[in-house]
Amino acid sequence: MKPRSAMARFPIYALLLAGSAVFLFPLVWMTCTSLKPVEQTMTLPLTWLPRAFYAIVDGRRMEVTRDYQIEQPSVMVVPREGPTAGKRMLLPATAFDRQKSLARTQIFENGLPSEKSIAAELVKEVAPGWWHVTEFSATKVRQHELSWDVVPESALEARIRPRWENYPNALATMGGRSLEEVEGSVEHRGTGVSEDTVVSFRTFLRNTLVVCVLGVIGSVFSNALIAYGFTRVRWRGRDALFAVTLATMMVPFPVLMVPLYGVFKTLGWIGTLKPLWLPAFFGSAFNIFLMRQFFRTIPEELSEAARIDGCSEWGIFWRIILPLSRPVLAVVALFHFLWAWNDFMGPLLYLTRKHTFTLALALQNYQSQHGGVQWHLLMAASVVVILPIIVLFFFTQKTFIKGIATSGIKG
Amino acid sequence: MTSREKHDLRCGLAFCSPWLIGLGVFMIYPVVASLFYSFCDYSVLQSPVWIGLENYQRMAGDAVFWQSLKNTLFYAALSLPLGMMVSLLLAMLLNTQVRGMTVFRVIFYLPSIIPIVASSMLWLWIFNGQYGVLNWALRPILGIFGQAPPTWLADPLWAKPALVLMSLWGVGNSMVIYLAGLQDVPKELYESAEIDGASWWGRLWYITLPMLSPVIYFNLIMGIIGTLQVFTQVFVMTGGPGGDPARSTLFYALYLFSTAFYDLRMGYASAMAWVLFVLIVALTILATKLTEKRVHYSG
Repeated sequence: MKPRSAMARFPIYALLLAGSAVFLFPLVWMTCTSLKPVEQTMTLPLTWLPRAFYAIVDGRRMEVTRDYQIEQPSVMVVPREGPTAGKRMLLPATAFDRQKSLARTQIFENGLPSEKSIAAELVKEVAPGWWHVTEFSATKVRQHELSWDVVPESALEARIRPRWENYPNALATMGGRSLEEVEGSVEHRGTGVSEDTVVSFRTFLRNTLVVCVLGVIGSVFSNALIAYGFTRVRWRGRDALFAVTLATMMVPFPVLMVPLYGVFKTLGWIGTLKPLWLPAFFGSAFNIFLMRQFFRTIPEELSEAARIDGCSEWGIFWRIILPLSRPVLAVVALFHFLWAWNDFMGPLLYLTRKHTFTLALALQNYQSQHGGVQWHLLMAASVVVILPIIVLFFFTQKTFIKGIATSGIKG
Repeated sequence: MTSREKHDLRCGLAFCSPWLIGLGVFMIYPVVASLFYSFCDYSVLQSPVWIGLENYQRMAGDAVFWQSLKNTLFYAALSLPLGMMVSLLLAMLLNTQVRGMTVFRVIFYLPSIIPIVASSMLWLWIFNGQYGVLNWALRPILGIFGQAPPTWLADPLWAKPALVLMSLWGVGNSMVIYLAGLQDVPKELYESAEIDGASWWGRLWYITLPMLSPVIYFNLIMGIIGTLQVFTQVFVMTGGPGGDPARSTLFYALYLFSTAFYDLRMGYASAMAWVLFVLIVALTILATKLTEKRVHYSG
């Protein structure tokens, strides 16, 4: 459409910007969450940026963890007697008798709880809206008694601080180690743990790269070869076979699923990465189609001239057609890489042990074991799985978008 | 056959030989075998036993099967038209000539390349009933009417709409296909329409949509094939093959998968796969017949 006036452009920009915000928001939110400490992922109202808090606790200024907000008038008292004597307690204001300095509280004696009034000294009155804070500990396992206090919002000093350590922690726990082990506060349980329960992130990455890279090599090479046979050589039955090839694109994967599993089982490939990359060496209908469309645009005269010069068919393919076909080879390579990186059902079907998992399967496995609580680590792991794809996309987006557009239009 | 023809046949077959193996081993054999299994009682542990149409008959009386079919059709009926509309509107927006368009194209396309497992994690977090950012935004709005927001994936009523909402985020592929189609519409058509005083609606209805009809048809067919096979996001987001909560997200592919690989009823699963195949073909033919008169191929 033709260029418009500034007035007409304004609503278009407004829509584009609003749409962009909506489409980018989930990714931004994921990144924000991935940089937060766990307690900041589960606060209401939500906070956007990861923060570090500072307050004066026990007369010392220190970094604190903001735990929860006080909802009713409360008091902080120190009992003078009983098993908790000398330790601070937080009680509802109604549980403290100011005149007699008596705190009514539950006390465990000999393992049994009992309600008692004990002499206690009032330290501080706490208004609703104040925050319960604890001394910040680098490791989540509290090896020593932590200091705590209750402070008003105004006494809390907040600074923005992303928790980059979430990333190494997520990668380390993804392989099956617990966060406590990763942070070094608990020794690795050496006995009774089979090798397969603990796998390093690097193993998942290596598996994924094996599947992607070998798959890309196989896919580019085999489909180019096949498409050449379908395009540049005339032979009886060629067009019939090509029609069959196109028809196979209609077959939904569930139809193939059960017998394919049987085929791979017979070949002894179940539990290995082979079912995920080896079939790429035998072509795929869609890629054959895509390459054929491209090969058809290369003038036949080039091949004829080479034939007259005594060039073999292989020579024509290798030295003339392939170098001219770089754009379509790039599209096929990219599509396959992306597909292999993202594939979930294949790994779910064929991989049985953890040390063979690809990233996609490992991420799902991680979620099913640690999900529901450690959102910060889960988001960090997701960012790690997504990031290579986004980087790849930014460098190749022209090839990419062109590839998709042609597959739709010419199809 | 002349020697030249023989040479060409040998040569052509040689180039196509990987595909002859691939087509046979990874396509034709599985298709034939699964058709055979669909008439058999078969678990991987024992060899198949012919039982005729029993699998298909059992399917007719299997309430879970019908539930999964209903769930899938409900999801497809929402996700497909909404997705097609959203992607067409985005494509039209992206087809306007304003500066910085490449950046916007990349932004709108980006979500569709993100691994589904990862985007499932992301939406799981967004849909979280208590701490999810979606409900955080909805709570004050719904609060005006005295309503609380749903718990989305934990609520049998809202789990499918949640998955539909998520699917709209990843419409980039069909959007790019629409965009390419829009760029092929001759500019003169719009210019002469403008001279004739056609409104925005008029141009959309009489030029854009008819010129785009082959692309719309293509996206419709791909959409039918895709939405009826939805698996990964459901498996990941509802925690396995059960289709929780209360089987509300037990989609066809999910039930098929668990029948085959959890219950090891591979014969029944193969029969289900063939029903799915027939359903896809039938819907494709139906869609083709319904749109035949409206799909306009130029040139």
